[in-house]
Amino acid sequence: MKRILSFIVVVLITTGVMVGTSPGLLNSLKLGLDLKGGFEILYEAQPLEAGQRVTSQSLIQTAQSLERRINALGTTEPEVTTEGSNRIRVRLAGVSNEAEVRSMLKKPAELTFRSATAADAKKPGQYSKIELRGNDFVENGAVVGYNQLNQPEISIKVKDKAKFAEITKRLLNKELAIFLDNDLLSAPTVRGELTDGSASITGNYTREEANKLADTINLGALPLKLTEKYSQSVGATLGQLSLDQTIRAGLIGSIIILVFMIAMFRVPGIIASFCLIVHTWLVLAIFYLGGFVLTLPGIAAFVLGIGMAVDANIITYERIKEEIKSGKTIRSSVIAGSKASFRTVMDANITTIIAAAVMFGLGTGSVRGFALVLIVDIVTSILTNIFFSRFLLNLLVKADAVKKPSYFGVKESDISAL
Amino acid sequence: MRFNWDYKYVKMSKWFYTFSIIITLLGILSLSIFGLNYGVDFRSGSNVDVNLTKVVTQEQIQTLLDKKGIGKEVDYTPGKERFGIRFSQVLTDQQVNDFKTSFNKELDPKASFEVNTVDTEMAQELERNAIWAILLASVAIAVYISIRFEWRFAVAAIVSLLHDAFLVISIFSIFRLEVDLTFITAILTIVGFSINDTVVIFDRIRENLRFAKKKSRADLEQVVDHSIAQTMTRSLATVFTVFIASVCLFIFGGESIRMFSLAMVIGLLFGAYSSIFIASPLWVALKGKQKTPTAGGGTVKTAKS
Repeated sequence: MKRILSFIVVVLITTGVMVGTSPGLLNSLKLGLDLKGGFEILYEAQPLEAGQRVTSQSLIQTAQSLERRINALGTTEPEVTTEGSNRIRVRLAGVSNEAEVRSMLKKPAELTFRSATAADAKKPGQYSKIELRGNDFVENGAVVGYNQLNQPEISIKVKDKAKFAEITKRLLNKELAIFLDNDLLSAPTVRGELTDGSASITGNYTREEANKLADTINLGALPLKLTEKYSQSVGATLGQLSLDQTIRAGLIGSIIILVFMIAMFRVPGIIASFCLIVHTWLVLAIFYLGGFVLTLPGIAAFVLGIGMAVDANIITYERIKEEIKSGKTIRSSVIAGSKASFRTVMDANITTIIAAAVMFGLGTGSVRGFALVLIVDIVTSILTNIFFSRFLLNLLVKADAVKKPSYFGVKESDISAL
Repeated sequence: MRFNWDYKYVKMSKWFYTFSIIITLLGILSLSIFGLNYGVDFRSGSNVDVNLTKVVTQEQIQTLLDKKGIGKEVDYTPGKERFGIRFSQVLTDQQVNDFKTSFNKELDPKASFEVNTVDTEMAQELERNAIWAILLASVAIAVYISIRFEWRFAVAAIVSLLHDAFLVISIFSIFRLEVDLTFITAILTIVGFSINDTVVIFDRIRENLRFAKKKSRADLEQVVDHSIAQTMTRSLATVFTVFIASVCLFIFGGESIRMFSLAMVIGLLFGAYSSIFIASPLWVALKGKQKTPTAGGGTVKTAKS
């Protein structure tokens, strides 16, 4: 009686948690651009001038500046990642002015040092005369150090000493502002005429700000040109359509599987079906908690994963059926069947995880997403459709609630005497 | 449901070997003559899928493209709701936008688009990565099976999984089905499923071996036949459930994963088939060889053929 009670309590609590959290879960899942529309571009970065190399630092800098530009356009949740040694992948969901965004992204980030002209004088913070460009600086010449007051200072080197001397002489005690594209980064004042081609910029910088500025100047000395290598763009209505279709396919497939399991294995089949639903919920919960993005191939992997999860139950229940047919009691059949099938199920699942892990390691983009779903799927299916389903079945069996072989889909006539 | 699955699977295997070899040869032939029908992911160019809300004919689209000067070397995949247009040239952003705007203006105001563009260099890299992924996965799986079982099981399992992967590729080549990035995912999943299925049967063989008489090749065959018969209901039930899932994806799952689902459906069937008729008999063949030099080996050789 106690076991029946705990069985009911476990089922009710699990159902309650699932029912209570599912609407929130479904609404807060992150969808990929193939499901809600948007575009994805893979860029290859090359240095603007021949003979220079793309460093990992300049690549990260470029990615960050891309992100700043996208944010400036007010798009929600851009996803900018670097890949390999010279690639940047940009994912943007729900963009209406795609063409504008794309041409904006392709422009190399332009670093300029500017001074104020007479016309700018009326408006503070205006600097319209470009004095120096990114490629006027020595590559990787910007270094952060400390002055006597222990304040961070950035020392820079320019290529053309005479030009720099002329500028600093002309702008003595005036500001020489640093811009990235059209954003003012800093506006230090020139304190003296600098003839040796190097200068140090001091100000009220934190160590972090100083580093960032130095990085930007270094990047400016090595601007990267971006070429589109791959792009995918999905209209919003199309994404919604794909989502609806795939979910419908998943639901129909799942219902057929559940009906089949119950027809074939009766009571254990019902437990398996319940565990499958728990499995689905758990995978969604992991996706939510991990902040993973659900894409179309991901949903496909998910639906297929249901098939895999059900396999664990089929192997176990088939084994239990065999044991019952050989004449053992229900209780010892369940114990023996679960034990004998466990190793098989684990071996089969581990080999599939190995395949999925290789996919994750070598794949990019959608292949990687697919592999990730498959791995999450298999691991949770081990939890739900091996351990949890076994736990539930054991509760029922030990409580003597399922005594007849027909509850397992075994006919009396098939049972041979021991 | 009570079926008797006791057949002489291993004895029958030569027919299945023949069948597999024929398809493999056809596949090699087809691949070397026609190659694969690469989708945009593997061929340089642009792919535009238009989701239509009203009837638009291929002629109308061709006229529009000709007017824009991008109508050369274009392949069409017509459909009622979704129309695929494949350009062998890489369209610039401007061309794409121009096309979209005029399509909406002249043909279907509510049409929405999916545009894919890929560089050749990128496409080759994707393919190379895929081949590496399959080989590396095979090696990793082989190592695992060799540790858990023995190397003969590993060899038989790898042969059967490469067989499955290759046959699906062959069928896609023979029937000119389009191969895109999701196809790679499908092949890798098939590899995963195929190995899953094979391992379940091998596990049963290993278990039955412990109590079996294994003096001659005939004994081995009997163990394998028996193991296959015991796991048959499970094999069929599992194939059925996964099959249903992929068929549903194929029928209801929308255009962009259709080829993926089709590859999965074919691959699953081959996966189940090869575990029973290729992997298991192959293991007998390997194991039988090992027995030859030991005691009683002489009878083994004469016992077969």
